Amino acid sequence: MTDKRFPNPFEIEGPDGADGWEELYPYSVTFSEGRREYEENRFWFWDSMHWGTAMTPWDSHFFETAISTLSQMNSRHYRIPPADGIDFRVLYGYAYLSPVGVDPDKIEARVPQFMERAGHYFANWDDLYEKWLVKVKGSISEIEDLDFDPLPEMEDLSVITEGTAIGSGAELMSSYRRFKDLIIEVWQYHFEFLNLGYAAYLDFFGFCKEAFPSIPDLGIAKMVAGVEVDLFRPNEELKVLAQKAIDLGIARAFDTPDDVRLDGDAGAQFQAAWDEVADPWFNFTSGNGFYHFDEIWREHPQVPYAFIKDYIAKIEAGEDISRPIDAIRAERDRIVEEYRDLLATDEDREAFDGKLGLARVVFPYVENHNFYIEHWTMSVVWRKVRELGATLAKDGLLGADDDLLYLRLNEVDEVLWDYYCNWAVNAPTASKAHWAPIIERRRDIHAKLKGWSAPKALGEPPEVITEPFTIMLWGITTDSVSSWLGSDDDVDGQVTGMAASPGTVEGIARLVFSPDDVGDIEDGEILVAPITAPSWAPVFPKIKACVTDIGGMMSHAAIVCREYSVPAVTGTGFGTDRIKTGDRIRVDGSSGTVTILD
Amino acid sequence: MCEACPIIDWAEELPTIRSFTARKVAADMTNFIVWYDRYEHEHKPFVGGKNASLGEMMRAEMPVPPGFALTTDAYNLIWRDKTLVDRVNELLQGLDHDDFAHNLDVSHQIRHLIEGEPVPDAVVDALGTAYDALCKHCDVDDLPVAIRSSATAEDLPDASFAGQQDTFLWVRGLPSVIEHTRRCWSSLFTDRAIAYRHQMGYLHNAIGMSVAVQKMVDPIASGVAFTLNPSNGDRSQVAIDASWGLGEAVVSGEVTPDNYLVDKVLREVVKREISTKLVEYRLTEHGVVEKVAIEPERQNEPSVTDVDLIAIAMLARRAEKHYGCPQDVEWAVDRHLPDGENVVMLQSRPETVWSQKATAPIAKHTGDHLESIVSTLVSPLHTRNSG
Repeated sequence: MTDKRFPNPFEIEGPDGADGWEELYPYSVTFSEGRREYEENRFWFWDSMHWGTAMTPWDSHFFETAISTLSQMNSRHYRIPPADGIDFRVLYGYAYLSPVGVDPDKIEARVPQFMERAGHYFANWDDLYEKWLVKVKGSISEIEDLDFDPLPEMEDLSVITEGTAIGSGAELMSSYRRFKDLIIEVWQYHFEFLNLGYAAYLDFFGFCKEAFPSIPDLGIAKMVAGVEVDLFRPNEELKVLAQKAIDLGIARAFDTPDDVRLDGDAGAQFQAAWDEVADPWFNFTSGNGFYHFDEIWREHPQVPYAFIKDYIAKIEAGEDISRPIDAIRAERDRIVEEYRDLLATDEDREAFDGKLGLARVVFPYVENHNFYIEHWTMSVVWRKVRELGATLAKDGLLGADDDLLYLRLNEVDEVLWDYYCNWAVNAPTASKAHWAPIIERRRDIHAKLKGWSAPKALGEPPEVITEPFTIMLWGITTDSVSSWLGSDDDVDGQVTGMAASPGTVEGIARLVFSPDDVGDIEDGEILVAPITAPSWAPVFPKIKACVTDIGGMMSHAAIVCREYSVPAVTGTGFGTDRIKTGDRIRVDGSSGTVTILD
Repeated sequence: MCEACPIIDWAEELPTIRSFTARKVAADMTNFIVWYDRYEHEHKPFVGGKNASLGEMMRAEMPVPPGFALTTDAYNLIWRDKTLVDRVNELLQGLDHDDFAHNLDVSHQIRHLIEGEPVPDAVVDALGTAYDALCKHCDVDDLPVAIRSSATAEDLPDASFAGQQDTFLWVRGLPSVIEHTRRCWSSLFTDRAIAYRHQMGYLHNAIGMSVAVQKMVDPIASGVAFTLNPSNGDRSQVAIDASWGLGEAVVSGEVTPDNYLVDKVLREVVKREISTKLVEYRLTEHGVVEKVAIEPERQNEPSVTDVDLIAIAMLARRAEKHYGCPQDVEWAVDRHLPDGENVVMLQSRPETVWSQKATAPIAKHTGDHLESIVSTLVSPLHTRNSG
């Protein structure tokens, strides 16, 4: 490692006009003088993979919740021997992470604890996963049922006749508290299996790398990947609907995805088919579920309509767009058999079988949790946030429906208290006048933060990165940190990253920074983005290749590209800085290099 | 004078001629001719290592150019000439092995004697019939063939003493086939081969010489393939060295070949290092194979397409599966064969470097996933690798 270091979080300059930005976030997540020495001497990387732009207070809450629940499973539940949590900070609205290792002297003592706890999960995986599905679906429906309606002029008669005495104001405050609890609950479910799933996968991964030092990551992923995966179901349903539109003779209605009219009997039949699958499968966002602006398919049908339009065109051109399930399964079996056959000893074949078996047991969770939590649950959560915001605006507590996004969660409790008290008294509330200037200032600050160019990393570069999940999920290794530091010395016109999906192609680059721009991609272009989400799947048949700044072998982009056989290089660090829209580039997804040709 | 080298009575030692016909179904298999497409393991002592390998490949339905072996029985016939035996023995007896110049001179004289020996009529007839059949089979008059020596030295520890594996390319017409057959026979008496036998105490007639006659390929490019990655022993990869024209340039080291790595499981080219290739061996307008300069625009072009690289790798993998161990394969991409059938195999032999390393199991915690998971977590892979 060089003696270079990344910018000091205490010295770095933020965007102009963003003074006071700290008030958007809990004091506990900003860099602070009280723990400056600890913070300055750590390595922090920007998680642009999940949080690619400046966060509002609510966006940040999910960041804080996700990383805390991830950490909690490592440190307190399963006692992952070498890894405690991942520390997190917000700097000028951006999400920074820092893996926390375990004191080497204490690793040994955690081993039996880990073996007992993780062992229980591995031994009972399928049963526990069954229970998990019940728990998650239960939480989702509980969130959906929360009542954030405006408070009534008069309580329902049943409150009197049943003698409950509990009024709607108290219920609303209670529902909000329950909402916050459910968010934390469901995020604990998110990480209940994930870390262990990664651990089992890494074990098989490590074995394969030792047996075949040059085996590409995707060779390993292909052996483990599920053939029928819930995460891909939304996209599969779009294909079915595209065929339905053709069968009903209304295919042309999708020529203008922004203005699709489903008229007459055929239109009604299509709508019925849509409604049948929309819940849950179109609780799917074009983003990654972490941001308030992520467009949920159910609420923004123009997004899936555009994909349906593309599928209609393909079907009409005589293309078979169905996934060849049998062929995919046969190819997976072939790959497994070939690697197995190439192992040197029977002992290795036995170990290979065992590890692959466990990896396949855990993998459905790794693949599917993303749909259940990031998409389905978060779609419902954001819908509820908007519902509450609309109620508070309607009853004059806040100025606009989306004002709520600029309040921290505990500040909302204060607004609800004002709402309750003065609903009870039937007197004027103070909230709107109190918050109006604050929210206006915060909106302005947030807009400034969005324009900031956040550094990839902060602080002291680590000697070596050992936290397994940082490597697995974010693709951040000792080598990639080195390359971030030394990027001035890079080969001209070349960007390197992870070989995420094989094949080499040349084509024209299209930079896409937000899901809203996905529609700009033209057939045969190469998608270059900070990160892609699974819901971009329908663009993959259009593009020639994909390049992302951040992402490991289990990143969304890597999984989706392998699924759709699109060459991909992930985790380039600087791809979006170095490549411009219109550049002709060569993407070698087998070696992980991108060359800018002209 | 050499007291150590045993003097052989060639006539006494001459083995009786065995009959293939008892075991042969096909009419055109004779005492002298073994067709590769009907090769059997029991032919090996009479056709030598090179021919046995070609026959074995064809048995395994590998795309090997058609051809036949002229058996050692043909070679043995020349030693029925008592005069030849006496003169060779005399030369060997008078040899001072420590005198390299003398060694070379004796070698030249013996080779000259053998090449001057009239080829027995029975051999001429057999060669003529077989060559004619091969020409007809390929539908080409005076079919260009490659003629190679194939010594029966397989049971000796180092087969290389049989001399240079003499290879004559682009041989056309029966008279030329006969002439080059004699040159293969005489290659058992190169100075190196004589010296080696002397050092090791082997009889000078301990081995026989068979000859390989095989349809000539006309390669766009050719080279070698290892069914593993030679830098780390990874058996999931095939390493391919390739250059323009015939394989001679690669094998002799006269060019730095393009170097590729192909993933044999995922069937992907994973590494390409394109070199500047200055010369190639190819058929020229003189009707012979010559070393010629490569025109500048082709020097830095990849010599093999990705599609052909995958085909080469799959072929090498087939050989590896067939022989049950890593292989070192010679291949060529023929100019005239149709796409999809244009990659041919010229040779396959066991890879020696990595195959001889002890193969200790990698698995340290067979049956106990948790212990293995713990060690994976405590010492993540990339920290082990980067050392």
